[in-house]
Formats: sequence, C-alpha cells, structure tokens
Amino acid sequence: MAGLGRGRGRGKGYMSFSIEAVGIGKGENLPPSILQPTPLFPPMEHKPVPLVMGEEAEYMLALKQEFRGNMKTLPFYVRPAVSKKDVERYSDKYQNSEPSDNTLEWNPDTSLSVDTPVDPKPSKKTRVDKEEIIHKLEVGITLEKKEEEVTSDEEEGEKKKQEEEQQDGEEEYDEEEFEEETDYIMSYFDNGEEFGGDSDDNMDEAIY
Amino acid sequence: MTAQEVRLCGLLLQEHFGEVVERIGTHLLRGGAQNLRTIANETNTPLDLVKKSLCVLVQHGACEFGSGRRGPGSPVEYRASCERVLRVLRYPRYIYTAKTLYGDTGELIVEEVLQRGHMTMSNTVKTVADRLTHNMEEGRSMEYSEVVSAFSKLVETHFLQRCPPVAEMGTAATSTNPATPGTPAASASTAPPTAESNPDCYKLPHVTLIGRGKRRRSSDDSEEQRGGKKAKMDSESCGDEGIYWQVNFERFHQHFRDQAIISAVASKLDQTSSEIVRTMLRMSEVTTTQTAAYTQPLSANEIFRSLPPNYSISRPILDQYLSLLVDDPMEFVGKSGDSGGGMYVISKEPWPTWRELHWSLWYRRGWCVCQSWFGSRSARIFRLLLRKRHLEQKQVEDFAMIPAKEAKDMLYTLLSENLVQLQEIPKTPDHAPSRTFYLYTVNQLPTARLLLQHCYKTVANLIERRLFETKENKRLLEKSQRIEAILASLQASGAEPEQLTEVEEMITAPERQQLEALRHHINKLDSTENQVDETVFLLESYIFSTKTK
Repeated sequence: MAGLGRGRGRGKGYMSFSIEAVGIGKGENLPPSILQPTPLFPPMEHKPVPLVMGEEAEYMLALKQEFRGNMKTLPFYVRPAVSKKDVERYSDKYQNSEPSDNTLEWNPDTSLSVDTPVDPKPSKKTRVDKEEIIHKLEVGITLEKKEEEVTSDEEEGEKKKQEEEQQDGEEEYDEEEFEEETDYIMSYFDNGEEFGGDSDDNMDEAIY
Repeated sequence: MTAQEVRLCGLLLQEHFGEVVERIGTHLLRGGAQNLRTIANETNTPLDLVKKSLCVLVQHGACEFGSGRRGPGSPVEYRASCERVLRVLRYPRYIYTAKTLYGDTGELIVEEVLQRGHMTMSNTVKTVADRLTHNMEEGRSMEYSEVVSAFSKLVETHFLQRCPPVAEMGTAATSTNPATPGTPAASASTAPPTAESNPDCYKLPHVTLIGRGKRRRSSDDSEEQRGGKKAKMDSESCGDEGIYWQVNFERFHQHFRDQAIISAVASKLDQTSSEIVRTMLRMSEVTTTQTAAYTQPLSANEIFRSLPPNYSISRPILDQYLSLLVDDPMEFVGKSGDSGGGMYVISKEPWPTWRELHWSLWYRRGWCVCQSWFGSRSARIFRLLLRKRHLEQKQVEDFAMIPAKEAKDMLYTLLSENLVQLQEIPKTPDHAPSRTFYLYTVNQLPTARLLLQHCYKTVANLIERRLFETKENKRLLEKSQRIEAILASLQASGAEPEQLTEVEEMITAPERQQLEALRHHINKLDSTENQVDETVFLLESYIFSTKTK
C-alpha cells in the first residue's frame, strides 16, 4: 500500500479523503469550529408551517382534553396515600386523615389471573377496616413521636447555641458536668497519656 | 427503547395515571422484566402502591406478567411495553374514527373501553346507555338494544376484540374460554398469548341485555340511587363475567393506512377511482389478515355490485378505471387473473406498492421537515437526492439549479444533521482519495428512524411545555374554576343577575386576558401533539413494514 504510506505523518492538513472531491476548494474559508454546546433556544431562520385547523382538528382536541380530565377522576389515577401536612394539627389524631382512596371502588377481576402475588380481593373490605384503624393508630403514634422529636430537637438546638456562646470556659464546664454526673473523682481516671513519657529518660534500652 | 421514548412514555403515564404509576412504569421500561420485590426496593415505593400501579398497568395492557426466568418456581416477573404506552397519544384519533364510522354510540363505546382498558360487554352497554341518556332531552332514554347493536358492529369489523386468556403457570386452565382446551399446554411457554391466538376473539357472548339508560338524578336522590344501583348490579349477573373486551389497535391502524391509500389515489387520479379503491378495501377488510401481502382477489363483478349506490358508473367505465389503476406506476392495484371479468388485488405491506406508498408519504414528511428546518432549497436538494438516489457534489448543483457555494453549504448542513449521507465508491483497490467517488445519498431507513426519534422528542417537549404553562398559572386557573363553580351554583339556585355580574367581576379584565391567552396556548400545544402523532404513525408503520420481510 505505497500510496497510503506516503502521506502518513507528513503535512498537517492530511485527511483520509481528498478535499476537492467533496467540494471544498483550495484555500477556501471553512466555517469556524464550534467550541461550546449549541444554545438551548437557537434563533429560528425559517418560520414553521402553520397548524392544520379545522373541524376535525378541533374535535380531536376537545376529545383529548376531555379524556385527560376523565382519567383523573377514574380509580386508575393512583394517588400516593400520604398527604403532606403543612402544620400538624391536634385534630388530625381524631379525624380520618386518610384521603379518599378511590381505588377502593375498583376491584380488578382476579379470577383471570393465577398465582399472582396480589392479595386476594374478597378479604379486602375487612382488611381495609383493619388497615384504617391501624393507620389511625400509627398516625397517632408518629405524631406523638414527632412532637417529642421536635421538642428534643429544640432542646439540642438550645444546648448547641449555649455551647457556641461559651467557648472560653468550655473545658472547665465539661469537667464540672462530668464531676456532677459521675461518682468517681476525675483525677482517679488515668487516661494513659503519660505512659510513653517515662521511657524517654532511659535511652539505653531498646523499646520492643 | 430509546431515551426519548422512555421520557415520552413517562410523561403520558404521569398525565393519565398519576406520578406513582409513572415511577413504576418508567422503572419497568428502563429495566426490563422484574419481579415485585425488585420494583418496590428500587423505586422506594411502598408495596401496596406498587401492586396498585401494576394492576392499573396490566388493566390497560401496558404491562404483562409471566413466570420468572429461573423457571416455574421463581417469582412472577412484570414487563412493560413501550409501544403500548405510546398508543395513548393516538386515543383521540381512534375515538374520532369510531365516531365517523359508527356515530355517537360507537364513539362512546370506544371511549369507555379506552378509558378502562378492559371491560365486559354488559358494563360497557350500561355505561354508554347512561351517558347517552344524560345527553338527551328530558323524558327520552337510550335503549340498551341500540347500544348492543353498535357494539356488535364494532366486534364484527374487528375494532373490538376479546382480551387474551392469561398465560398459565403450570396450574389448571381458567374457565373463560371453554372452547379452547388446547391453549393451556401451548401457553405454558414464555410468550404470553396474543388476542389473535384465541379463536373466539371476535365472538359475541350470549347475553340478553334488556333495559334503558338511566338518567342521573339531582343530588338528593343520588344516595338512594347509588345504594339501589349497587344492590342491583350485584344481583344482576349478565352471564358474561370474565369476558373482557379491549380495543384492537391494529385494526384501527389498518383503517388509517387504508385511508392514506384512498387519499393518495384521490390526489393522484380522481374521486371515482378513490371510491373504487375504497370499495375494494372495504370488501377485503375482514378477510385479509394483518400480515398478508395481498388482499384476496376480488372479481370485477363483485366490485361492480358493491359500489355505493350514488356512484352509478357503468360496467365498461369501471373496467377502464380498473385498468388505469393497474397501469399506474404506483401499482395500487394488481391484476391477478381474468375469471369473473378480471380478478384484482390490492397489495398490502410489505410489498412494493405498500412500501412505495409509505415511502412516498414518508418522503413528503421528510421533505417538509427539511423545508421547515433549512428552507425550501435544502428541501429541493433532499427531494432530488431521494429521486436520484446517488449524486455527486457537482451533479447536485446542476440538477438543483443552485449556485455552487450555497449548494455546498446546504449539503453540509444536511450532512451534519444526518439527513444525508456520504457514500464512497473507490475506483482503485487502494482506495486512494483522489481516485474515489464521493456520492451523496439518503439512507431511507436510518433517516426515518432519526425523524421518528425527533418526533418523540417533539411531543415530549410539547407535553412538558404544557405542564409548565399550567403550573405557572395554577393560581389563576384555580381562581377561575372556583368562580365558575360559584356561578353555576348561583344559577342553579336562581340568583338575580346583579349577583351573577358581581361574581363575574371578581376576575379582573387583565386576568381574563391572561386566561384567554393561556387557553389559546394550551389548545395550540395539544393540537400540535395530535398532528405530530400523525407523522409518528406514518413513520412507525413505514419502519414496521421494512422489518417484516
């Protein structure tokens, strides 16, 4: 392949095909290379073709919008069970906070399916009652927990603030606290920092 | 499943079924077949919501379940179908077609079945009769028998079909179709049976539905009505439990294709020849299966007899028209024999006529795209390349009658957008660049796929923009809805005109203008989605026709 070997490595503008054949003349100005991604909304050079308007198009438009609206009311529009509450209210504990789950109206016919992992539907009604009660209890418990958490959060927040303000006397403060809480004297506790210091005096012996 | 397709499916699912179903559906589309636990863990959704969403998807045919890959003992796996979700875009077109063919009753039947995925015949008939009664004047109501006749017409012409029996998983067969004892053994295989594999799929059940539609009363008796109705529904078992019907999309698609052929004939030849072709197609609607290459041969005598009465043309003229159709280079109609005054066929996919027709319809779209993106002269180049297949740089300039510099510029733009490709033809075995032909050409199939992906992206963008606009103006929309509700209730309770005007003035004039503009934008976006879908259909069926060989 003498022809290919000749040009390799020589000449900076060498490309695998001859430029004239594709149509770029010698020394012609090529458009500059683009160094950034194309703009998100590039300016349109040509106006788009206007939409087809007519009775048929308008009727289909109406059909489409009606269909969408209807789908939202059907039980197939699954809404997540938990509704976000902006502020927890005391009455939520005693009200049925579960949003009306309209999928209860729809019982898919499971006689067609065999060995599916879905729960059997005939017991759904009793289950629902139980579930509602359990849910209410859970909601109550979680609310109480949240209240506790909120108050403990507040306490921790206050503590942190106090600690930040009193950075100078921090160490003493901790010691005092420790002294109050434990029965042992602080000086009894030897935390081993002085351990390595003794051996520095006798450098004769090697340390193993 | 490309990224654009998944994105569009996600948006469609979100709009029609809510965010939970969208999350589950997108996860299934991206990840392939998965079992229940995997889905629940990976999407961080509680198990009962996952179950509900899967039920919804299966109900609408977007998801199938089958035995796991590890054999009959492994958990059930679910598989979502991208294609089926994309059909949602075409629902208005299906409903409108049903209206043109079978009137309001047909339209409502198809709409109900589309909304609910699978429905029994009795349920459909009752719901549709109630809806029609609601729209009629006081005192009149809709007979069930009329609705039943519309339903049976839809089934006879295959627009509705029975849902396929569920794939067995090693246990006894379900009792939906006692006439098909052979299916249990066959369908123990991995692929779920299609609707067509059921020989009973177009058979109407023996149900006697006698009654009239019920008009919805005003709110005070609604409670009792509901209670009473519920008891009635439970005790009335119409005898067709377990037989569910779904819309047969392929049949609708066939209808759209036939319409495209007829309009192509009408635009190329004339109205009468299009009527002849329409008659031929109608006669062979039900006899040809989906993948047949040709329709059944129809004799000229039969065609003559089946022509619509207002098109009274004499026999020799019909023969002339038929020979004209046969001789046309588009080859709409082929002659397959001489018995009975000449046997004629219309070829369907994947044969040349169908492919040619598709191709010509498709290329017009490509040309339009080209024109709207790059101007009419680039479109001219595109069309030229399609006609002449392969051209050199110089030839393009000559044939298109465009000066060299501009032609070069346009060709490179087309090349960079991948609408046009370069083909190398070496003169010598060592492929030396100076001795090679470089020809510009259009590769139809890849270009069609490219355009299809662009269309999906377009529709997804349209939907997103519409959602954005709605969200931006949510406050205003809610306010106007509330005021409308107040007005309606005031009018119902008989308020004075002053009160009504007072309520109406709660919306200020600039707000009204804003609302108007918003509605206009949203309608435009919606309408555009419908029209892009037409192109999507064309491109999809072209690509499909090239696959089946």
